[in-house]
Amino acid sequence: MYLYDKFDHKILAERVAQFRDQTERFLTGELKPEEFLPLRLQNGLYVQRLAPMLRVNVPYGMVNAPQLRKLAHVARKYDKGYVHISTRQNVQFNWPNLSEVPDILAELAEVEMHATQSSGNCIRNTTSDQFAGIALDESIDPRPYCEIIRQWSSFHPEFAFLPRKFKIAVTGASDDRAAVQVHDIGLQMQRNAAGEIGFRVLVGGGLGRTPVIGSMIREFLPEQDLLSYLDAVLRVYNQLGNRLNKYKARIKILVRAITPAVFAEKVEAEWMHLKDSAAKLTQAEIDRARGFFTEPAYESLDGTAAQASLNALTADNKAFGKWLERNVIEHSKAGYAAITLSLKPTGVAPGDVTDVQLEAIADLAEQFSFGEARTTHQQNIVLGDVKKSDLFTLWQACKKYGFATPNIDTLTDLICCPGGDFCSLANAKSLPIADDIQRAFSDMDYVYDLGDIDLNISGCMNACGHHHVGHIGIIGVDKKGEEFYQVQLGGNAGTNTSLGKVIGPSFRREEVTGVIQKVLDIYLENRTEEELFIDTYRRLGMAPYKARIYPKAEEAK
Amino acid sequence: MMSKLIKDGAIVANEWQLLDKPESASAAVPAGKVIVHLSVWLEQKDTLISRSDIGVWLDNVDTADLLGSDAQQLPLVAVNFPVFMDGRGFTAARLLRERYGFEGELRAIGNFIRDQLCYLKRCGVNAFACSDEINMEAALASLNDFSESYQVAIDTPLPLFRRRA
Repeated sequence: MYLYDKFDHKILAERVAQFRDQTERFLTGELKPEEFLPLRLQNGLYVQRLAPMLRVNVPYGMVNAPQLRKLAHVARKYDKGYVHISTRQNVQFNWPNLSEVPDILAELAEVEMHATQSSGNCIRNTTSDQFAGIALDESIDPRPYCEIIRQWSSFHPEFAFLPRKFKIAVTGASDDRAAVQVHDIGLQMQRNAAGEIGFRVLVGGGLGRTPVIGSMIREFLPEQDLLSYLDAVLRVYNQLGNRLNKYKARIKILVRAITPAVFAEKVEAEWMHLKDSAAKLTQAEIDRARGFFTEPAYESLDGTAAQASLNALTADNKAFGKWLERNVIEHSKAGYAAITLSLKPTGVAPGDVTDVQLEAIADLAEQFSFGEARTTHQQNIVLGDVKKSDLFTLWQACKKYGFATPNIDTLTDLICCPGGDFCSLANAKSLPIADDIQRAFSDMDYVYDLGDIDLNISGCMNACGHHHVGHIGIIGVDKKGEEFYQVQLGGNAGTNTSLGKVIGPSFRREEVTGVIQKVLDIYLENRTEEELFIDTYRRLGMAPYKARIYPKAEEAK
Repeated sequence: MMSKLIKDGAIVANEWQLLDKPESASAAVPAGKVIVHLSVWLEQKDTLISRSDIGVWLDNVDTADLLGSDAQQLPLVAVNFPVFMDGRGFTAARLLRERYGFEGELRAIGNFIRDQLCYLKRCGVNAFACSDEINMEAALASLNDFSESYQVAIDTPLPLFRRRA
C-alpha cells in the first residue's frame, strides 16, 4: 500500500490548516454560506437532512489496520459509533459536528487519510477493482496508476471549479469490476503489441439523471502520458462544459453534444502541447509507485493440498461451504484466497459498519491478510490475501462479528444509497426498500437458486445506488409529495455494461417486493440451465415481465 | 475604479481603469491606462497596438486562444470571474502564460474569493483586484496556504515527482 513521505504529509497538513481557518471564518460569519459551500464540499462535508455528513476518501479502496482503527475512533469520539461504506468505496460519517470536522481531518491525516475532493465540482476519489493485484484475470495492477492520479488530482489548481463533479475509474483486469464504462473517464489497462503498458481511454460515461455508457476516445495511451492526457481532457471540459444548467454540466453531455470523435480531436490537439512537457511521467516515478504495491510476503503453499483440506471441512459443515461458495474467490497465488466480509445482513442498512466491527476488521486483517483490507463499490469489505488454511478460523471470527452472511453477489447483497432517511437530495427513502427485500427473500436456498443478481436501489435520479446498472434497479420518485418507486430491468455494471429500462409506472413501497417476486418468477420459469438472471432477461426482452406486472394494461390493448 | 490590488505579493495602488464591455466593439477608447474587453481589442487592435497603456480583459466565456499571442504585446491581461464558482478563468490564465507567452501583469478581476488566490497564483495570476469584502492582509497570507504541491503549474515548472528526493 502507498505510504506518505514528508511531502505528502506536509501538503495534507497544510490543507487541514487551511480548512480549519475556513471553518472558523464561516462560524464567525466572515465567510458567507455560499462561499463556504464549495470549500466544505472539497473537504468532504455535506449538509444533510439531519446533520452534516463527512465523506472520507479511501483511495481506490485500499485501507490498512491503523486506518480502520482510526475510523473506529472517529466514529466513537465524534459520531454515533458507526460509518457507511459508499458506492465509491469511501467512508461516510453521518453525524459529525461542523465545528469538529477540522479536528477529525487532523486525526485522519495522522494515518494518511483525507476527505480531499470527496465532493464538489472537482476531480473525485479515483476508484478501482477491489481485487486489484490479486485477481486471476488481471494483467496489470492498476493501483500504482491510481495513486499517481490521486496525487495529480489533489489540489489541482486548474480544475478545482469544474462545471460539475468528475470521476475516474481504472481497471487492469479483463472482467470489469470497477464500472469503468460509467465514469467520466474510464481507463482500461492493457499492453500493446510491443508489450508496453498503456490505457484504453473511455470518456463521458456516467449514471445520474442521464445515464450514458462511455465512448472510447483513445485506443492506447502510453503509461508515461497518463497525466498530460488527463490534463488535456480536463482542460477541454473546463472550457467547454455547460455551466448554465447543472443537469447538463457533466462531461457526458458535452461529449454527446459535440460527438465523441470531435471531443477526441480537441483532446488530441490540446495534448500535443502537453505530452512532452514536464508532466510526462518518468520511469522512476512509475517504478516508485509500483514499489508500494509489490507482493506481500506470501508463503509458498501447496494449492491442491489447501483446497483438499477445505473440501474435507465443507463435507462436515454445509454453512461453511456456502460461505466459501459465495464470499470467497480464488487468488492469483496458490493456497491463498480473497474473502468478502458481507456488510449486508438483514436488519442493518447496507454498507453500515460499527466502530467495534471496524476494529475487528483491523484485527482480522492483521491476523490473516497482511494488515490490509479493501472497500468495494458494492459496499462490502474484502480481505485480499488470506491463506486457505486459515479460512475456517476466519469464518468463525466473521460469524462472531456479523460479517459471515453468505450472500455475496446474490439478491440480498444489494447496493443501496442512504436515501431519504439521511440525504437531502433524495426523493424517497431507500433503506426501508432494502430491508423489505432482504426480509421477503430470507430463504437462502431460494436466494442461492437464483444465483448472481445485482439489485441496486437509489433514492433519487442522482443514482448514488447505481440503479441504472443493476440487473434489477429501483429508484425512488416523488409524486405530488408521496414516495413511489420505479423498477428497471436489464442494467449491468460488468464487462458488458448496459443500462436498465423502466418496466412501467411506479409502485408504492408495499407493492415493491411483490413486483420483484414476479420478476424473479419469470426468470425461474424461463431460464435455461446455464442462464443467469441477466441472460434470461436479455433473451426474453421486457415484454413478458411487463405483461405479468401490468396485466390490465396488456388486456386493454 | 478598483481600489485594492495585490500584485507580486504586495498590496499596491491600482493604476488601471477597467472599462465595461461596450455594446459596440468599435466604441472609442479613452486615454490613460485602461483595460478594454477582448472584443474591443480584436476590433481596434490596429490602432490600439501603438499605445503602451492598453490592457485587455477576458470574460468567462472568452477562451484564451481568442487573444492568443497578441497577449505578448500587452502590459496587462485580466481574467474575469463573474461568479467565483465558474472556473474557466483558471484555464485561461494558465494558457496565456504557458501557451501564448504572456509575461506581463495577469490580473484576476470580478467575484473570485480569497480562498481561490493560492490556486490562481499557481495558474499564473500575479495580480488580484480584490473586492471590498476581501481582507487584504489575510488574502496576502493565503497566497502561501500551500508551500508544496504535486502538479506542474506556472509557479512550479517541475511536478513533485521530478523533484522528490
